[in-house]
Parts: sequence; C-alpha cells; structure tokens
Amino acid sequence: MKVRFILNNREVEVDVDPREILLDTLRYRFGLKSVKRGCERGECGTCTVLINDKPVYSCMVLTVQVEGQRITTVEGLVNDDLFKKIIVSFAEKGAIQCGFCTPGFILTAYALYRIKDKPSIEDILKALEGNLCRCTGYKKIVDALTSIRS
Amino acid sequence: MFYVLPRFNYYRPNSLDEVLKLINELENYKILAGGTDLLIDMRIKRYTPRNIVDINRINELQYIREDNEYIRIGSLTRLQDIIESNIIREKLPLLYNAVYNMASWQIRNRATIGGNLCNASPAADTAPPLMVYNAKLVVSSINGSREISILDFFKGPRETDLRNNELLVEIKIPKPHIHGYSYRKIGRRNAFTLSIVAIATYVEIENNIFRDVRIALNSVAPKPVRAWSVEEYLKNKRIDREEIYKASELVVKDISPISDVRASADYRRKLSIILIRETLFEASKITG
Ligand SMILES: Cc1cc2nc3c(=O)[nH]c(=O)nc-3n(C[C@H](O)[C@H](O)[C@H](O)COP(=O)(O)OP(=O)(O)OC[C@H]3O[C@@H](n4cnc5c(N)ncnc54)[C@H](O)[C@@H]3O)c2cc1C
Repeated sequence: MKVRFILNNREVEVDVDPREILLDTLRYRFGLKSVKRGCERGECGTCTVLINDKPVYSCMVLTVQVEGQRITTVEGLVNDDLFKKIIVSFAEKGAIQCGFCTPGFILTAYALYRIKDKPSIEDILKALEGNLCRCTGYKKIVDALTSIRS
Repeated sequence: MFYVLPRFNYYRPNSLDEVLKLINELENYKILAGGTDLLIDMRIKRYTPRNIVDINRINELQYIREDNEYIRIGSLTRLQDIIESNIIREKLPLLYNAVYNMASWQIRNRATIGGNLCNASPAADTAPPLMVYNAKLVVSSINGSREISILDFFKGPRETDLRNNELLVEIKIPKPHIHGYSYRKIGRRNAFTLSIVAIATYVEIENNIFRDVRIALNSVAPKPVRAWSVEEYLKNKRIDREEIYKASELVVKDISPISDVRASADYRRKLSIILIRETLFEASKITG
C-alpha cells in the first residue's frame, strides 16, 4: 500500500504492507537510526517521534496511518535553534550516559518547549513520564531542561 | 523485527456511515482507534483479526461538547485532548484526574476514551469516574443507535455489551450537581503505571448529611465496579468519622480481587478499604 507523508520536511512515498510499523519504516527504509527500538510495547519511550509536532511512540503506529502527516525525528532538527539549545544543555549538564534513550528525551523535551517556553518543574516531569532512562536517574536530564527555561 | 504483527486487511473509511456498513459486513474484524491496546494485543497474538477497520479519519467522532443536560465526548477523542479541555477540568474533575494519571504523554496523544472503554480491561482508568457520573454510552450500527448505561456495559475482562456490528460513538455524561469528590490511583510507581486500585468518590452533601454517595473502583474485580454496599450504608446518614470507618469495611462485599503481577488479592482488599475512607474524608472535607 502506497503511503505519502512529510518526513523531516521532505515529501516521501513508501510502499508498505499494512502491518509495518512506523519504527521499522523509519529505521530500515530511511536509515534514521536515532529512532531506537526498545520495548516495542509503548513502555520505554526510546522510539518517540513527533507526528504533527506531538510526541508519539513509533512502535505503536502503523506506517499506513501516517498518510499526509508530518513526521519529525532528531535528524530533521539539526539546524533548529531550540533543538540546539536542548542538546547543548544535555551535554553541559551531563544528562547523557549510554545515550540510548537520548533521542526520545530530546524530542519529547523539544515538543514541550514548543508549546511552553517556561515550563514548571512539574510540567517537565509530567512531559517526560513516558521516557525511561536507566543510567542517569533523571536528575541531570531535569537539570538540563530547567537550565534553558527562558 | 522482534515482534511482527500478524497479517490483516486494512480498511480506512472516511465517514461514520462507511464504518457502520463495513463492520456490518466484515467478519473477524477489529476497530483500530489509538491502537495502544490493540496493536500490542496483536503482537502478542492475543488477537489475530483478519480485518482492521481504522477509524482515525472519522473526525466527527472527536469532540467535547456541553449542552444543558449533558457533557458529550466523541468516542475517538484523544486522552490528551480530554485533559486539555476546560469543560472537563471544571465540570468533570474526577475524569480529569483519572485521565491526567493515565499512561504517558506519547500514549495520551493517540489513545482514545472509546478505546479505553471498549477494551474493557478491569484496570481501565476512565471507568471509575464515568461510573460515578452515571455516564451513558451511545452505540450505533446500520440499524440505528441505542444507549447503554456504563453500569451495564462491562461484562467481564475484555467483554462488553457491544454487539458485533456496533460502534461506540459517544460518551454522554449527565451534568453533575454540586458535589464533593476525591480520586486516587495506586500503582507500582507514581507515574506511567497501571493501577493496583483506582477509586473515584463522589458525594452530595446537604446539612451535613450524605444525600448521595457514589464510589467506583477498578482492578479489584473482573470489571470496574461500584461500591454499592458502602454507598447504601452511608446514604442519608450524617457525616461522621466512625460511620465512614464502618462503611469502608463493607467494600469487601462489592469486590472480588485476584492476585496478579501487580499486587496480591489481600493487599487490594486492604487498600480498597483504606482508599474508600481517605477519599470519603477528602470528598466530605473532614479530616480522618
Ligand atoms: C505503556 C502503556 C500504559 C498504559 N497506561 C494505562 C493507564 O494508566 N490506564 C489505563 O486505563 N490504560 C492504560 N493503557 C492502555 C491503553 O492505552 C488505553 O486503554 C487506551 O485508552 C486505549 O485506547 P486506544 O484508542 O489506543 O484503543 P485501541 O487499542 O485502538 O482499541 C482498544 C479496543 O477497543 C476497540 N475499540 C476502540 N474504539 C472503539 C469504538 N469506538 N467502538 C468499538 N470498539 C472500539 C478496539 O477494537 C480494541 O479492541 C496503557 C497502555 C500502554 C501500552
């Protein structure tokens, strides 16, 4: 089945079986390896992508469902100012260890800062509920994100 | 690919009429709303439907509206839209609280209220608030529509009163009178977790007397339940600490918890009693 959508600001078309999930399409057809395969059941957050600017788990979306939608991964944000601010804060605060959860956290944080430029700590914790990190213990991630509140 | 979904035929109707026609004709189909329950169930092969009917294009099922008597929520309304709605936050605070504590942002951006109800998990978190609000569910088929009280909708784990050719289209909530309320969800951690017990407590008080008491719990029976024994005991009694203590013990008649990966039956029973007490104290604004 043919599916057309906007991927990182570029119009793309793929021909997929209806059972293919967005996570596999992004990794295998487009080589977007920032989109990590974790639990594959919506519990870890490392496969987070943005659909029309909202964070969702790409393991729980069929590729045929994104017809006409706008998908964003970190590869599509490398020239974005807000994105740069967030990754610099992660680096400066040591909010990264193994890095496996990082793209997911960055995208969720990016989505949050797009709708709120001065989120409260509670807003930040609430937004990040669905991204698990098994190394840093969240403290440094939250430190990074509070450091950039304008 | 670690988990591969089983093969299926994919249908993507553009209108409610088309959906109803399709589900009247198709055998062995599943409706796909947010997919946050269904796709996982398909991956673990709990369900292997031959046909999938994706209702995500049916915008006419996504709304939150208020009229004189009811607040109406379209079945395809996303959980995130529910907590971002002023109508829900102001008029249906128990539903707001329950949905606020469900899953995660990523899941709430896709998961729907209709999916949570039709999946009919004993742990469905939208059920307790909707059960104390005495919500009605509007379901449609090509033959027309009917209303089911949410109190009759759940039949058991993953079983509902829906007939094979019916779609849940609307959740219709009578506007509550002035009331006290309290909500608690206890899970294995504070956020992003399924409930061990969740409870919604609603009281109408007049001259220090309980005029109405409604309590619903999930995860303590094969389906979400009302605590009828506690409610009956307290109705028309004066608000009193001792009476609330006595009443809370009665909940064991209304529930039949099992032990599972999240908690033991015994723990759930004790927790139910304590939560009934705490929420009644909070809802009636007295200190325990
Ligand atoms: C990690 C994780 C955490 C979760 N946390 C919670 C939680 O805290 N609390 C909680 O209650 N749930 C939780 N869930 C479960 C799930 O997200 C919710 O039940 C959600 O609301 C389901 O909605 P959906 O739109 O995704 O349903 P779907 O998966 O699309 O559908 C679920 C079922 O309902 C049927 N269906 C859907 N819509 C209709 C309709 N309009 N008419 C008839 N049948 C229909 C489908 O055919 C399917 O059988 C969690 C799930 C995951 C993966």
